[in-house]
Amino acid sequence: MNGRIARIDLRDFKTKQILGPIPNVSGNHSSSFVTPNTEYAVMGTRFSIPLPKGTALPVEKYASDYKGILAGIKIDPKSGEMSLGWEILMPPFDYDLGDAGKKVSDGWMFFTSYNTERATGKLEVTASQRDRDYIAAIDWRLAEKANAEGKGKVIGGVKVLDPREVPGMVFLIPCGKSPHGVDVSPDGKYIVGSGKLAGITTVFNFEKIQTAIRNKDFTGDEDGIPVLKYESIKDAEVAVGLGPLHTQFGPDGYAYTSLFVDSAIAKWKLGTWEVVDKTPMSYSIGHLAAAEGDTVEPQGRFLVGLNKLSHGRHLSVGPSQPESSQLVDISGEKMKLLYDAFTEPEPHYAQIIRASKLHPIEVYPKEENHHPLAVWDLKDTGVTRQGNKVTVKAILTRSTITPTNFTVKPGDIVTVALTNIEQTTDELHGFGLLDYNINVVVDPGETKTVTFKADKQGVFPYYCTNFCSALHQEMQGYLVVSPTVN
Amino acid sequence: MASVLEKEQQLLDRPLGWNPRGLLAAAALVALLANFLPLWNLTMFAPQYPDGLRLDIYTFRLEGGNHGQDVKEINLLNHYIGMKDLAEEDFTQFRWLPFALGVLALLFLRAAVHGRVSQLLDVSVLFTYFGLFSLWSFGYTLYRYGHDLSPHAAVKVPPFMPPIFGHAKLANFDVYSFPKLGTYAMMLVVVLLAVAMVLAVRRRSAPVGIPVAEPAR
Repeated sequence: MNGRIARIDLRDFKTKQILGPIPNVSGNHSSSFVTPNTEYAVMGTRFSIPLPKGTALPVEKYASDYKGILAGIKIDPKSGEMSLGWEILMPPFDYDLGDAGKKVSDGWMFFTSYNTERATGKLEVTASQRDRDYIAAIDWRLAEKANAEGKGKVIGGVKVLDPREVPGMVFLIPCGKSPHGVDVSPDGKYIVGSGKLAGITTVFNFEKIQTAIRNKDFTGDEDGIPVLKYESIKDAEVAVGLGPLHTQFGPDGYAYTSLFVDSAIAKWKLGTWEVVDKTPMSYSIGHLAAAEGDTVEPQGRFLVGLNKLSHGRHLSVGPSQPESSQLVDISGEKMKLLYDAFTEPEPHYAQIIRASKLHPIEVYPKEENHHPLAVWDLKDTGVTRQGNKVTVKAILTRSTITPTNFTVKPGDIVTVALTNIEQTTDELHGFGLLDYNINVVVDPGETKTVTFKADKQGVFPYYCTNFCSALHQEMQGYLVVSPTVN
Repeated sequence: MASVLEKEQQLLDRPLGWNPRGLLAAAALVALLANFLPLWNLTMFAPQYPDGLRLDIYTFRLEGGNHGQDVKEINLLNHYIGMKDLAEEDFTQFRWLPFALGVLALLFLRAAVHGRVSQLLDVSVLFTYFGLFSLWSFGYTLYRYGHDLSPHAAVKVPPFMPPIFGHAKLANFDVYSFPKLGTYAMMLVVVLLAVAMVLAVRRRSAPVGIPVAEPAR
């Protein structure tokens, strides 16, 4: 929402970095699509605003003075550390989703947009007037180069590239109508844009796009950004059904497009553009994910539909309802529904990769724990004091929290360092402290600290909050906060 | 009677041929090799431990499966029934077993060089005794672990004998205890010594006092 992007380490499935808010990006929606070698993850403005942030201009100035931003977040190939790579100043459209070119189209990034009407007010009407909106095609290598050359002007504290000053960096591809998803085929040859209000999915040919760019086969421009001639670059309009949103690919040249309004998935063939099967989804499918269906080597076999509505599929749990995700077998000619699972609202994006590509650890190895307050031997646990700062080095292991009690004075700033010395899979321990609103779970081999001001006097039980053993209930102790007890 | 004793004396004094000597040297090598191989393995399976907790006993150390973690886990579980931690200090065998194997290997070599049937017999008896004593000794250590249970244990169980050979059910665990390569190496030593003995005795028909340098047969 506020223009942040997070990186999760699949070694331990923990968030390692949250970058942002990224300057100028307003309501990031087109994330987090990555380039083939994860050179960049992208971000984009959904709600155009006057820039830099903090500039107040009347909404009437939307068409001329409000701006969108498309940004590339650079990813360090070794550490995965993210930093802002480049930003591009765009017309005030709503940038929706994206996908990176691959193989022949590697080096390009595609973003869908709606409200190219530059309208305000009741957008459901005002932003749905034109028959075609745009897919923005970005030559990100050129953006990277221009950025490295120091081009662009500073907005909101960062350099922003203006497409007018970097010719060849951005082109607009007309795509009907209010496209949501844009997806590049596994061979990189086709760019598939789904106009959610059009009832067709449009397939663009990357080669034809390149030819049109070379021949300056344009029909106009938007704020200096050339608009490619639709007829010259389109290969097919596939009549998949109503409300097409996203497309995924199988290993056999088939594409699968989700149909929100039809509440179905359409299976169609690349090249012949023939719809060969449709299967109903319950209900109103949004995103969908085929096994490695975004990669150059889709695995096929399975597809998951992430539906927006579930009504009637599950036992009633009151008005706040979960959504349904459905597992579909795509190995045969006909798609087959295998299984319903119920997820938190609203499932918005998913990827499926082979489990064999992941090698997560099961415990944090002791040797890797360099926490200064970590202790591994029960005799090293204990309480130390410096002024009113109290440090408790504690060990969590089946089935005792050591020390089993400790005393501090009212007003002390207490830091409890909790080391879970287990090296056994799934032996997590917790530390909950009553009335101090503290609860932390510590993984095997991990050290975590909690710090609080002992501003309440009395006796406060602490206990293991993650069921660990037959004697889990006994894993408890007492904090005494008293001016006199020692 | 006297002639029986005399025959026995003749047999004991008889020099060994090349083959028994070679077998003695091989026995020395195999005995030393046993130090590098696990003698015994205990693997415990429970519903929560589908992969099992593995404990290998060597002549001089314990080795837990999963990079040593399994021993810690076994100890952690055993503390609930008041069993002492499996600690290498408690296995006195680890102090004398490799040394004894070394001494025996030297005696094998000595017998191979000096080459008398009596020496072959000595080392065979010594080694067999050593093997059986070691087995008893390990068994007794395990017996003590199963019987010296803390009276303050969270879970009181009757004293028990951990399995030495085969399968046993202990609480939620299926325990399998079997000899491993090191023990088979020790058995091979016994076989080598026995074959050497058979070959030496078969030379009964040969004339007494045959030169040591006689070619091997």
